[in-house]
Amino acid sequence: MSEKKYSKKHEWIALNGETATVGISKHATEMLGDIVFVELPEKGKGLNKEEKAAVVESTKAASDVYTPVSGEILETNQPIIDDPSNVNKDPENNGWFFKIKIKDKSELDSLMSQTDYEKFVKDNPN
Amino acid sequence: MGNEEGYYKMEKTALYDFHKNLGAKFVPFAGYEMPIQYKEGIVKEHISTRQSAGFFDVSHMGQLYISGNNSAEKSLEKIIPLDFKEIKTNQSKYSFLINEKGGVIDDIIITRVEGGFNIILNAACKDNDIKEIAKCLNSESKYELKKDFSLIALQGPKSENILETIVQGVKQLKFMNGDYFKFQGQVIYITRSGYTGEDGFEISVQNKNVENFIKLLSSNGTKPIGLGARDTLRLEAGLCLYGHELNQDISPVQANLKWAISKRRRKEGGFNGWENIKNDLQNGVSKIRVGIKPSGRIIAREGTKIFSSSGEEIGIVTSGTFGPSVNAPVAMGYILSKFSEINNKILLEVRGKKHDAVISKLPFYKKSYVK
Repeated sequence: MSEKKYSKKHEWIALNGETATVGISKHATEMLGDIVFVELPEKGKGLNKEEKAAVVESTKAASDVYTPVSGEILETNQPIIDDPSNVNKDPENNGWFFKIKIKDKSELDSLMSQTDYEKFVKDNPN
Repeated sequence: MGNEEGYYKMEKTALYDFHKNLGAKFVPFAGYEMPIQYKEGIVKEHISTRQSAGFFDVSHMGQLYISGNNSAEKSLEKIIPLDFKEIKTNQSKYSFLINEKGGVIDDIIITRVEGGFNIILNAACKDNDIKEIAKCLNSESKYELKKDFSLIALQGPKSENILETIVQGVKQLKFMNGDYFKFQGQVIYITRSGYTGEDGFEISVQNKNVENFIKLLSSNGTKPIGLGARDTLRLEAGLCLYGHELNQDISPVQANLKWAISKRRRKEGGFNGWENIKNDLQNGVSKIRVGIKPSGRIIAREGTKIFSSSGEEIGIVTSGTFGPSVNAPVAMGYILSKFSEINNKILLEVRGKKHDAVISKLPFYKKSYVK
């Protein structure tokens, strides 16, 4: 898998050939607190970049998760639906949300590297 | 990001720095900067309160002292639907301040003490509460908001043993009873009460001594608990939160809290809004507060619309979250009375889709109060 990239809305994406895995960043999980509910998109669904793809809820509130690239949903991560605390435990690996067949790889260019994302988080703590 | 609240001066409790040093996350709440959670997070704080004990800084709440026995009683009976003759010295009661329409101005805990009463008021309501109470009182009664006192709630099954090591004698207190005790040479007042569905105490202690008090609780292994877990705990216990289940347009009968109106007062009335409340008592209410259990893990937040199985809109959710101890989503709301039977099937509209749910008995989580 290639290097992870990050969106300003705190999603990460890891490219693997024509497909990519998407989740939410460790920083996002720390902001949200304990995740108690996850809703994932249906397999086969086509989504545009920055379109609403999933929902996470903490005890406090619900938040939307957006797809950082356009494409078709290939697979979703059932273990985080069965036990949403799996997202908090390992947000950037086993806590992934969905796999997407990428429509246009150039959309990845506007995303941040890990170093840039860390700086972005520091400058925008909320 | 902009923060509108930031333009107003937020109040802080005497423990603000203490919370900050523990890594608390703060939120603006009723004009105060209050800790919503500490490092461990809401779910762990919730569970440790249920399994062991936790302490909450609830000093944002108003601690009102009213002096004068007989004259104050008569005056307070106009606005509080309790039978004051029934309240013994050091006994606490849950009730309301009632407006002219029979709506709830605030929900309160009132305790008779030597020479008067202590009333605990919700932070967001306290300024208005005092105005409403002052209107009722005659010149013989004096009142004072005790701003030099903090209020700490210690909740959970281990509260009794922990507090006994710091303040001897608290073990003797029965639920909804209080007394004066001494802490570091100063007189403090402690009631056996709380709002989590657990056994526990509320301790009114001088601001200048509160940090010492809290440090003793901490050294006995008690953890600090934020407002986030306070909300999940009270919701599992089926307890109302003002501004959600209660407001100026909801009567105690609609809120399914007529038990908090004393028996004699339910017959004789004589308090604000009696005509409306009498009507609610005699003829029933068209809508009523219920517990709601969504199926699966779907969370119905405040404002979620409730539908009957035939698709008719029949109510609205007033509080909803995931209950860590029941390990399922829980909610409360108002529903047309004819749909309020326990186990009745309803639908909740969340993000445009209707989800199955049932009317549930309250509390969701069984209480373990010491009687």
